[in-house]
Amino acid sequence: MARLVIDPITRIEGHLKLEVEIEGGKVKDAWTSGTLFRGFEIILKGRDPRDAWHITQRICGVCPTSHGHTSSMSLEDSFKIRPPDNGRIIRNIIEACQFVHSHILWFYHLTALDYVDVVSALKAQPKEASLKKVQDRLKAFVNSGQLGPFANGYWGHPAYKLPAELNLLAVAHYLEALDMQAKASHLSALFGGKMPMTMTSPPGGSNFIPTVDTLANYFSRVEELQKWVDSAFIPDVLAVAPYYLDYAKIGKGHGNYLAWGVFDDASYDPKKRLLPRGIIMNSQLKAIDAKPEEVTEHVKHSWYTDSGPLNPMNGVTEPNFTEYDTNKKYTWAKAPRYQGKPMEVGALSRMLVAYTSGREKAVKLIDGTLKALNVAGKPEVLLSVLGRIAARTLETKLILDEMMNWGKEIAENIKNGKDAVYTDYKIPDSSSGIGLWEAPRGALGHWNVIAGKKLKNYQCVVPTTWNVCPRDDNGVRGPIEEALIGTPVLDAKRPVEILRVVHSFDPCLACTVHVIDPETNEIRKFRAC
Amino acid sequence: MRKEHGLATRDLVDRLRYSGVGRRDFLKFCGLTAGLLGLSEAYIPRIANALEKGTKRPPVVWLNFASDTGCTESLIKATYPNAADLVLDILSVDYNETIMAAAGQQVEEILQKSLKEGNYILVIEGGIPTKHGYGMIAGKDMMDIAKEFAPKAIAILAVGSCATYGGVPAANPNPSAIKGVADVLGPAYKGKIVNLDLCPVNVEVLVAVVVNYLLFKKLPELDSFGRPKTFYGQLIHDNCERRAHFDAGRFVEKFGTEEEALGHCLYKMGCKGPMTHAPCPKIMYNDRVSWCIKAGAPCIGCGEQGWTDKFAGFYERLPGVSIPGFKGVEFTADKIGLAAGAAAAIGIAAHALGSTKRIKKGGEE
Repeated sequence: MARLVIDPITRIEGHLKLEVEIEGGKVKDAWTSGTLFRGFEIILKGRDPRDAWHITQRICGVCPTSHGHTSSMSLEDSFKIRPPDNGRIIRNIIEACQFVHSHILWFYHLTALDYVDVVSALKAQPKEASLKKVQDRLKAFVNSGQLGPFANGYWGHPAYKLPAELNLLAVAHYLEALDMQAKASHLSALFGGKMPMTMTSPPGGSNFIPTVDTLANYFSRVEELQKWVDSAFIPDVLAVAPYYLDYAKIGKGHGNYLAWGVFDDASYDPKKRLLPRGIIMNSQLKAIDAKPEEVTEHVKHSWYTDSGPLNPMNGVTEPNFTEYDTNKKYTWAKAPRYQGKPMEVGALSRMLVAYTSGREKAVKLIDGTLKALNVAGKPEVLLSVLGRIAARTLETKLILDEMMNWGKEIAENIKNGKDAVYTDYKIPDSSSGIGLWEAPRGALGHWNVIAGKKLKNYQCVVPTTWNVCPRDDNGVRGPIEEALIGTPVLDAKRPVEILRVVHSFDPCLACTVHVIDPETNEIRKFRAC
Repeated sequence: MRKEHGLATRDLVDRLRYSGVGRRDFLKFCGLTAGLLGLSEAYIPRIANALEKGTKRPPVVWLNFASDTGCTESLIKATYPNAADLVLDILSVDYNETIMAAAGQQVEEILQKSLKEGNYILVIEGGIPTKHGYGMIAGKDMMDIAKEFAPKAIAILAVGSCATYGGVPAANPNPSAIKGVADVLGPAYKGKIVNLDLCPVNVEVLVAVVVNYLLFKKLPELDSFGRPKTFYGQLIHDNCERRAHFDAGRFVEKFGTEEEALGHCLYKMGCKGPMTHAPCPKIMYNDRVSWCIKAGAPCIGCGEQGWTDKFAGFYERLPGVSIPGFKGVEFTADKIGLAAGAAAAIGIAAHALGSTKRIKKGGEE
């Protein structure tokens, strides 16, 4: 039995340390540890509530928009207001751009290198001049001896299965996808001013006023992204998947899924969102509704003073650093639980909830994919690493298609004189509110308490905390820890299989750890590895 | 052409021509960069030469400290050149945890190799926690890593508002005691660190500074805050596309109104443009699609020293510039300590007062 520590895990956002126990060539146990911390919730205390949506965007530069929107929604809950219809749609559009950007970036630039052997692409014999050109460029790059971000990869590892031609095509699309993820972000900026850190979704709605020009620009840009996703992203995933079908059986985890839901329709009912609210328990492919009051956070294995499981509205956060000890406390992430159970969040959770709720578009996309991979009628294969990849890919298409409709809705509203984007309000003396939404990486919640027109308390329960959390008070592993169990590892010095499982969750660590004690110096004992 | 399962697959797409990612519009980029740097057209071939003919691409070590990776996000949204050009052809991005293929031990090997070889462009994203243990990579304090890597750098770029002065995580009560790069490295590095404020960094500015370095082998001329004068020499207010409305006393008083649709000035909505030195109105963001004020959002001052707290209360009018009814102007801008800002503030007060009279909404003040 061998213990292996990977620190840092790269191609994620933030700093993650992973320790695994390997026995008989398989992962027997695993511990995930969030090792970097900032103090957003402390910083927010006492501030003007209207500033919170700007400040919380800086929790994460990859999904700032989701934090901003969730913050504004939680404050609108406190202020007892809602944005007008076009305000709602503009937010949907800005959020959607970020999802598309994030999913393209995740597949091609964060996880693809776990499946695509860049060096093998040099051996391909492409017929097309354009691919030959990419290969020549790659050759010149490799011959320069300066491998930059591709240095020290696990190239040549026997777990890489793609033929050279497909590796080359994937490298070509890796480069092309750099442009496409940028274009999706530029589209956010069209409505949000800039990205990262959009500027137009304060509590009340939107302060961007769309014009016919904006919409014309918007439609052509969405269409370009749609074409690319249809002709590159989806076909790439369908081409790569057959070489890694063993990953339909790897990385399942607990089989519990949570989605707060995202993209409101005019009813503002979370169950009617484009990707609706719901939970799935114990791998039973049947969604039921989710309630925020069922959320508690455990801290037995996190560096906080022990307290019973508490709902975030009454949450207590008292940092109490002790040594990194996988038998006791080993991370700054708390352990959120739903009805006491660990829950996986992310695109797979959202798509499963949509699919099992019978949402037509999700059903069509998922059934089509299962058929293309010759596993029609077996949606249970989705509860895996491959399922997470498929879910993000298909969700990208589902969202892009809806983006066209939202643009048309705005145009229709303007035509009918329903052009309001913002609802005015007065900050109440005291109130409290919850915003529940989704970041690309999964369920996101902000809780606020206002007193004397200032923020008295602010808590965030963010996607990666759900996924990367440690064991709970009952000793039950967090979702990533559990998903790693049984993962085969050919070469413990080059554990690419482990990276595949971890990356399938698209972890974002800056979000995960958000509170420290400014007074304690207990952290002195802390070592990152 | 679609199969019965409704999704296009590879065998189909293989027949479509792969569009290819080439060095499109390379000269366009060189021209844009010359413009950004205030160089004449004669420099365009020299810029192209500096970028193309190098025998060795300049190594870049990009360290991510107390940040949210927003500046890496900004980097990969570059357009001229795009991220692929930067990574494959122009620079050698040897260390950046977000994009590098290697993990764990293989990462540490790369870092040590870079340190040994030296002569890299050191880019620091994120502020630096100055309390021991509050921010570590591979068992080392970020502060120590910065001090270890700085001496061997040929240039140090502090990108984004966290790296320059700490940014949002350094806001009161600054729980991790975060400081900017220049503060941590100390007076020995005065004039050797380029501060590229803004949240996130504007990638056009970042690329232009790098090109400038490759071209002249020196840093651009810096202001007293370590910012390149070319980009941070003017107030947003001075170049603002809504400036004419300000001068005419036409202000937005509420979001989503006719005045906003007409592009009136956002000063009364809390805009910090009159005290923020940054190139946003000229360069904008995201391939010049838009920027904050163009989109209808008041500037929150993220390009200025001391942001966040200096401008907290983002939707409140600039501190020190209050307009107490019609009794006159109370003026305490010296607390902010910026002469240029103060001069602008006098103008603002006069204009805002004028507009209050004009729109006859004096009561609300």
